[in-house]
Amino acid sequence: MNIAQAPRRDEITLPTRNRSPRRTQDYVTIVLFLLPACILFLLFLVYPIFSSIYYSLYNWSGIGPAVNFVGLDNFKQILTDQVFIKAVGNCLLIVVLSLAIQLPMALAMAIMVGRDLPGRGFFRTIFFMPFVLSEVIAAIIWLSLLSPDPERGFINALLVLIPGVQAQNFLGDINAVMACVFVVLTWKYFGLHMLLYMAGLQNIPREIEEAAQIDGANRWQSIRYVTIPLLRSTIQTTMYLSVLGSLTQFNLIWIMTRGGPVNSSEVMATYMYRYAFIRFQLGYGSAVALVMLAICLIFSVAYLRLNRQSDPLSGI
Amino acid sequence: MSTHRLFRVLAILVLAAMIVSACAPAATPAPQIVPQTVVVPQTVVAPQTVVAKQTVVVPQTVVVPATPVPAPQVTVEWWHITTIDPGKTLWKTMADEYMAKHPNVTINITVLENEAFKTKLTTVMQGGTPPDIFQSWGGGTMNDQITAGMLKDITADLDANGGAWRNTFAPGALAVYAKDGKNYGAPWDMGIVSWWYNKDLFTQAKIANPPTTWTELLADVKTLKAAGITPISLGEKDTWTGMHIWSYLATRICGQAGFLAAAGRKGAFTDACFVEAGKKLQDLIALQPFQAGFLGASHDDMQGAFGNGKAAMELSGQWAPGSEAGQAADKKGVANLGMFNFPVVEGGAGDVTDVMGGGNGFAIGKNASPEAIDFVKYLTTAENQARVAASGGGIPVVKGGEAGLTQAGTTANPNMVVVQKTFAAAKYFQLYYDQYMPSAMGSIINDAVAGLYAGTSTPEKVAQAIEDGAKQILK
Repeated sequence: MNIAQAPRRDEITLPTRNRSPRRTQDYVTIVLFLLPACILFLLFLVYPIFSSIYYSLYNWSGIGPAVNFVGLDNFKQILTDQVFIKAVGNCLLIVVLSLAIQLPMALAMAIMVGRDLPGRGFFRTIFFMPFVLSEVIAAIIWLSLLSPDPERGFINALLVLIPGVQAQNFLGDINAVMACVFVVLTWKYFGLHMLLYMAGLQNIPREIEEAAQIDGANRWQSIRYVTIPLLRSTIQTTMYLSVLGSLTQFNLIWIMTRGGPVNSSEVMATYMYRYAFIRFQLGYGSAVALVMLAICLIFSVAYLRLNRQSDPLSGI
Repeated sequence: MSTHRLFRVLAILVLAAMIVSACAPAATPAPQIVPQTVVVPQTVVAPQTVVAKQTVVVPQTVVVPATPVPAPQVTVEWWHITTIDPGKTLWKTMADEYMAKHPNVTINITVLENEAFKTKLTTVMQGGTPPDIFQSWGGGTMNDQITAGMLKDITADLDANGGAWRNTFAPGALAVYAKDGKNYGAPWDMGIVSWWYNKDLFTQAKIANPPTTWTELLADVKTLKAAGITPISLGEKDTWTGMHIWSYLATRICGQAGFLAAAGRKGAFTDACFVEAGKKLQDLIALQPFQAGFLGASHDDMQGAFGNGKAAMELSGQWAPGSEAGQAADKKGVANLGMFNFPVVEGGAGDVTDVMGGGNGFAIGKNASPEAIDFVKYLTTAENQARVAASGGGIPVVKGGEAGLTQAGTTANPNMVVVQKTFAAAKYFQLYYDQYMPSAMGSIINDAVAGLYAGTSTPEKVAQAIEDGAKQILK
């Protein structure tokens, strides 16, 4: 064994010959290490996406092979279905409200608890706690809080204590249900965004803000012209997470309302679930998933376009 | 620079793809509560999946009555889904008893959990080898099995000796396992939907007798409201709870013929009687008879409101007595619980005795031996039906089996006697719409009818939406 190995090792030391076998060896190693991940990726991501495309062209119930070819009819039906349009509208509503309310609130909180506030560790934990809960648990907690029966629902129990105020239906009210869902979503996710902003704030050198103060900037001016521009890349990240999360929101809404009453809190993912896994119209469900994919892609491309400016902190 | 950007585009694409393809479908397995999963305790998803092949010991010592020719050895494959005791042990005991009497018969029991059973059955059906005896709920799924030639016609066995076996069954229950006048299975349990009411609250509102007509029901709703009592508990978040009122109204107005015509595509769900069902339902909804927030309430909430005495009535299945007590704050529920049949609608084609519900039965596989059929006959004797009933495992469908509901030591709920009497008297048994038709139709009807409760739809639109779905799904 030793005798056999020795000359080979000598060869390796030769500068002219060692390169190509060494590189081959490296490639083999790289491929071997990549292979499991690639196989999993192809099998569980690429293949399902392409099979979705295939099934979306069929009226298929999931049993046996897909034989009833309908072309683009599924897509035609989706795009003209009032319920799907309503679902897209609700998704966009969540996106807009998240960007307009949830993120600014998280930023304000981060600035407040991110610096020298006493007990900031306590508040940080409190605000972040909802994010740690699973969506299912959060939904069930809020279901019981929002129960219309004052003897069962905590919020209504408080409301009826106020003279002249009656118990509210919250999730049973077509006009109020989306507002309730959004409150819960905000409660659940603003902690994450707050934490991201706090991490971003840590990266801003104190000297810059101090310099601004010496130049005569007040607190608001220093936030507006120094802190926020320097948080730019963090804000972009949270926006991206927030929008994609809103577009694909499912668990919370499904458990709290099942998209009801009468589709008034329907979002794209619940709509897809209803068709694919309750009605077992898997062809139609696949088509809905593809439409969702397309909408997310449009957003992603738009995001990349808007994100071209470089980060001001990268130069520091 | 360009490769860098290309990489970023790809990364985003992959991320988006992951979120859409992975996140959405793999989301929470939502508890899909459809009527058939709550019909009897056994079909409720059991914690463990038991796939037990029980080895059979043929007792050597049994003295076989002198027979001229020894009967050939026969093996019977039996799949059931009763994964919990006492039902599981009871089935095994019955099989052992049968084998003791018939030493040439070997019964292989396979116990499967509900969902695993459906998957495994589909697989063996594709291979053309169904078990000899297996769990069935009748309806659409069974029709598919019959069409595929997977089931055995046992009409002759039922009719033998002047219909000796057939006549033991409640006719409505037996008909669930028949198609075009031919029988392919036998029932062993049956439940129905009916109105459950709180007798104390009715007394409080000075209502002497429960309503027998729709007009009376509406009048009682007004009386209850006037007395400050919420008339009806409903959990419309689980849309099937409200759908039951609509489909019962349709059963009363359209009758057996009207429904079979629409479902068999000889008629349509836009026929006048289905629109009329929606209008009758609107009359009820207009009185605002439901508890606050019923649109967002689940089936559990509905049972809770009724069990806590917050509402006077609910339309629910035979599981209501157990369910309302379980959801009640004191775990006891309504003290004076009563039941009445869905009222007749004046001028409707349906009879007051017609009931809607569903239950459990044994389907007979195409390769079943005469011994397998004989064993099913043994399982459905009045005596064995009484044993099932006494164990609280089901509501008997064979005359005489109801004795098990009242015998000493029974664990059956006392209200089950009323349920049993009601469906035993039924001339027409309307199987749940979502069991009779493909389950997609159930979801379509649920979603359409929900619009009436929220006031966003009209009876005509509901009928049209159901018909549109039927055109696609029913052939």
